[in-house]
Amino acid sequence: MTPRPSAAELLRRLRRLTRRSQFWPLAILGLLLLFNLVSNPAFFSVTVREGHLYGSLIDILNRASPLMIIAMGLTLVIATHGIDISVGAVVAISGAVAAALIGGELVLHGGTGMEDVTQVPLPVVILVALGVALAFGAWNGALVSLVGMQPIIATLILLVAGRGVAQLITDGQIITIYYSPYYVIGNGFFLGVPVSLYIVAGVGAVLLYLARRTALGMFVEAIGINPVAARLAGIRARTITLACYAVCGLCAGIAGLIVSSNVKSADGNNAGLLFELDAILAVVLGGNSLAGGKFTLVGSVIGALIIQTLTTTIYSAGVAPEVNLVVKALVVFVVSILQSQVVRSWIGLQRGAEGGR
Amino acid sequence: MKSAPALLAPALRLARLNRRFLPLAVTVCLFAVLFGAGSYLFDGFFSLQVFLNFFIDNAFLAITAIGMTFVIISGGIDLSVGSVIALTTMVSAALVEQHGWSPALVIPLVLVMGSAIGLLMGVVIQFFQIQAFIVTLAGMFLTRGLCYLISIDSITINNEFYVDVSSHRIPFLFDTSITWNVVIALALFAVAVYLAHYTRFGRTVYAIGGNEQSALLMGLPVPRTVVLIYTFNGFCSALAGVAFTFYMVSGYGLHAQGMEMDAIAAVVIGGTLLTGGFGTIVGTLFGVLIYGTIQTLIMFQGSLSSWWTKIVIGLLLLASCLLQRLFERSARRG
Repeated sequence: MTPRPSAAELLRRLRRLTRRSQFWPLAILGLLLLFNLVSNPAFFSVTVREGHLYGSLIDILNRASPLMIIAMGLTLVIATHGIDISVGAVVAISGAVAAALIGGELVLHGGTGMEDVTQVPLPVVILVALGVALAFGAWNGALVSLVGMQPIIATLILLVAGRGVAQLITDGQIITIYYSPYYVIGNGFFLGVPVSLYIVAGVGAVLLYLARRTALGMFVEAIGINPVAARLAGIRARTITLACYAVCGLCAGIAGLIVSSNVKSADGNNAGLLFELDAILAVVLGGNSLAGGKFTLVGSVIGALIIQTLTTTIYSAGVAPEVNLVVKALVVFVVSILQSQVVRSWIGLQRGAEGGR
Repeated sequence: MKSAPALLAPALRLARLNRRFLPLAVTVCLFAVLFGAGSYLFDGFFSLQVFLNFFIDNAFLAITAIGMTFVIISGGIDLSVGSVIALTTMVSAALVEQHGWSPALVIPLVLVMGSAIGLLMGVVIQFFQIQAFIVTLAGMFLTRGLCYLISIDSITINNEFYVDVSSHRIPFLFDTSITWNVVIALALFAVAVYLAHYTRFGRTVYAIGGNEQSALLMGLPVPRTVVLIYTFNGFCSALAGVAFTFYMVSGYGLHAQGMEMDAIAAVVIGGTLLTGGFGTIVGTLFGVLIYGTIQTLIMFQGSLSSWWTKIVIGLLLLASCLLQRLFERSARRG
């Protein structure tokens, strides 16, 4: 046996690997992490401080958690060949509802600490906030699936009006939350790991189970590929599309709780600003097609991590944070051009030529 | 004697015409109702100056919405207009204030810059066949980011020319006045109406929005027109940026945040279909006027906070989209 065939075999394996949907997103993430390792060897160090895990990696995971959750919800919507540009507004609304229910009253305790005051119990706060988010998501879904509006315009309505609603709830003020149990959602640690990561894992597990262990995922893909064929095949396209938007709203609501808990306040005007764009970017970076059809939830999570790692890298590399947007824009340009049919068919031609040799 | 069908033909044609212009009629009626309600409710609302103020305070929105109308009629979308406006104010302010350039040089330069950004996005959209949504999203990030690269702070403009133009009032009928921005907006409006309804370019835009495949098969220059549409919209955004600089007399990276959504909302309320192929420039102008009326109504009312504007615009958007669906359904049935 000569070593030549094994090299060819390796090449073939590599090629098969690059065709897997999560290869390129993971490769980009790996490159970013490698860059960080080279520029700052302490990047990967994770230490235990006061029983909590500390380090850049934990920080990236923790900060990316709202985006990861939204990106997963949005993946389902995009898989039905839809789009939801109102997630940022729903983030603001759910935070505003939670803060308004808690009340924002500061009671000083013996001149040093504050007392935990809330008008309604915490579980009620969370349930109502999530319920409102779910309702707004279902509203989007109803406009798209029942009324038959274009997804971008249906969710544009909520994008425009949603911030107004959030400001209405907070009365145009930034409501500060003085209730420490609420802080746990976005700042707390459990067994040394940030609580928000458990939430990400929980949402991810439920969605992955529904998408991959039941037929729902396949139904969603069928709707995205051809809604008419899906309906004729007996899939309840309308109900499932509506449910996807509702789940996306719910995910945005959960992210809203994390964000408002993290900054201990609700700002109807600025909370979740441009989140919709980051979330779409995460989904696309994760290897999902905006044209719908086959989707990967894990890919979107990796996409969200790429965005957060990029942000953290730019901060830690000492480059002005303003560069962040420019770099993000260039990444979107490059990735979307690489994903385009033109470039793909060009690469395909190259491969074909190699194969024919 | 003419046969009955031949006699009926003109009436039928008129009816068809009416149906085509129904969305526009609805928009105009809505504006009339809102303006009428304001005049009834508030003293001093029913005046020519209040009406002109709609134009004065929303000239930049009208300019960018006119460009957006072409994009939406062609079935596309452009999310970058707000940031291109911000970049225009920023570049103008930086060049005029920090580098001492003459406005006579800066204004043509920013207009070319805006057109170039539009051209670039149009080329990427057309030749790589990527969704306009994602390309212009990247364009939005890029131009907003470039603003912050110039400066993260607001740059106040003290240049004589800008200050003069911003405060100059052109006398109009009956002791009222308008600003140069209004003149710019109305001039662009005239050009846009001509472009849309009296040129080959305009007809191609409608054809692409109706059905891109058919337009191609008809032998229309689809790729060139698509690139031109985005270039024109880039130009309009930069022109809106110039008007915005006159209005605010400063450059700032946070200027015109979310204006792309305002522009899209104005276009849709103006009766243009987001699916493309149908819409008018006049409708867009009325969409912007409705926007201005709502702002002014809320201002006159006094106790309502500014966020009600957003909620009302959202509701109007909803109403006009539902109406559009209704028209489509009745058109399919009729």
